[in-house]
Amino acid sequence: MNIEKDNQFVIEGKLALPYQYFSGRTGSRFLIRLRDDKKINGLKCNACNKVFVPPRSTCEICGETIQDNWVEVKDTGTVTGFTVVRYSEPHQPVKAPYILALIKLDGADTPFAHIVQGIAIENMKVGLKVKAKFAEKTTSTIMDINCFMPAG
Amino acid sequence: MSRRVAVCAVAQIKNEPDIWYQRFQGMLLECFEELIKKTGVTFDMDKGIRNIVTCSDDVFDARTISDSGMADVVGAHLRGEKKSAQNGINALGYGMSMILSGHDDLVLVMGHCKESQSESRNMCTNLAYDPFYLRPLGLDFLNVSAFQAREFMKKSNITDEHLAKIVVRSRKNASKNPFARENGSISEKDVISSPYLSDPVRELHQYPVTDWAVGLLLCCEERANEFTDKPVWLTGFGNCMDSYFPGDRELTSNFALKKAAARAYKMAGVKDPKTDIDLFELNDAIAYQLPLWAEGLGLVPEGESDLWVESDGMDRHHVNLSGGMLNGNPIMLSGLARAVECFLQLRGEAENRQVDGVKRALAHGTTGGAGQHHGVIILEK
Ligand SMILES: [Zn+2]
Repeated sequence: MNIEKDNQFVIEGKLALPYQYFSGRTGSRFLIRLRDDKKINGLKCNACNKVFVPPRSTCEICGETIQDNWVEVKDTGTVTGFTVVRYSEPHQPVKAPYILALIKLDGADTPFAHIVQGIAIENMKVGLKVKAKFAEKTTSTIMDINCFMPAG
Repeated sequence: MSRRVAVCAVAQIKNEPDIWYQRFQGMLLECFEELIKKTGVTFDMDKGIRNIVTCSDDVFDARTISDSGMADVVGAHLRGEKKSAQNGINALGYGMSMILSGHDDLVLVMGHCKESQSESRNMCTNLAYDPFYLRPLGLDFLNVSAFQAREFMKKSNITDEHLAKIVVRSRKNASKNPFARENGSISEKDVISSPYLSDPVRELHQYPVTDWAVGLLLCCEERANEFTDKPVWLTGFGNCMDSYFPGDRELTSNFALKKAAARAYKMAGVKDPKTDIDLFELNDAIAYQLPLWAEGLGLVPEGESDLWVESDGMDRHHVNLSGGMLNGNPIMLSGLARAVECFLQLRGEAENRQVDGVKRALAHGTTGGAGQHHGVIILEK
């Protein structure tokens, strides 16, 4: 038998394993606060004078333990970078095209990634002021922020 | 103690879009048998290979402990084997350190990746991000790199025209490399009019899906002449991992690349890469990365790579004469592809793309979105 590309034997497979990811003490506090109070919290390193969002229990710059230094940051911020995702694939939370942005929240020092909606793609720009729109139904993930919208 | 390690031989198959006719074990076996034939190396536990470093990825192979399924075809049966699940440049650095430490005289480095097997490369790299903050947003190596592309293009005045020139040049160089993926030639207009994938990254700016396998035999300095009369020396290695969260990083600062390069330069005694290194192979997964990494390596002053591209700096400095990753090497192995080109050039075996008088070359690899991790290796004649 002559095996060519169209009659070769192919096994269809899928890497799909039900899994539970423990978000850790620090992650749990961040996500619970987001889910229950619609508040975004960061952790501050007093030595470096930096507020990290998403939170982490140790400062990566100086190694200080910062897990109890919770500070509330605003739900408003500034876009520091963005891209327009044009390809459509199953791992995406919304239909393409969509805007992925790095957003520096007011009160935070590290921009964090999220989706921006409510603005035409051609008007999107670095420096845009945005405000979080919280999801109506919680999923207990970062998607409890539905997206960011132009502020004002 | 010796400060250098010999590369005695390399073996590779051709980079192809879809090696449907062979499993990855078969791809590796071809390379393995060629290396044995070229060098006569044995697996004697006193005098031969006792340790193998492999490079592969669980998600691309869709099986965990991806090295366990091919130990026998890379000579790792009944002896030591270690897997690097990062860019192959680290597998090479790892093999180098095993020999410099005195633990082994000989190390075989074997890598494989079949990007064609998964439905989507982006779905694979989405899994590199955590399930709490980044993965749910659909982040993957392509769109995270697009953040970096926009920022860098602004900083260094890199335009769509510059990127088109880089892509067309890559295809042209690759057409002289018999192991390169055959993509056909394209014009700058084709590149500029190709659709956006993730602005400002266009379809033709990104390396195409590729399958490949490769092997290298490393040996300590004292015994290299048992296996080759033309050793190529690994004289410097450095690597560095940048912050995990894209927002924590200064995306155009080349923080990790500068640290990796400085370590490799120091070890190899490179003072100024512009004059001390004759040939460069950079890990350009996406076109904008070629000038960005050139700045990070100290080849071009920061913010001036627009002029460098315009004035044919890429040709002057002999950058990516293989075609680069941009023409197509799988994500796990792009750094090994870079090292293989340096090896061939240093041996005078690069055929009609051979540069005269290459004495020292640099191979570079990256892992992660927007080059989170960098590795640099210096190779010498
Ligand atoms: Zn700190």
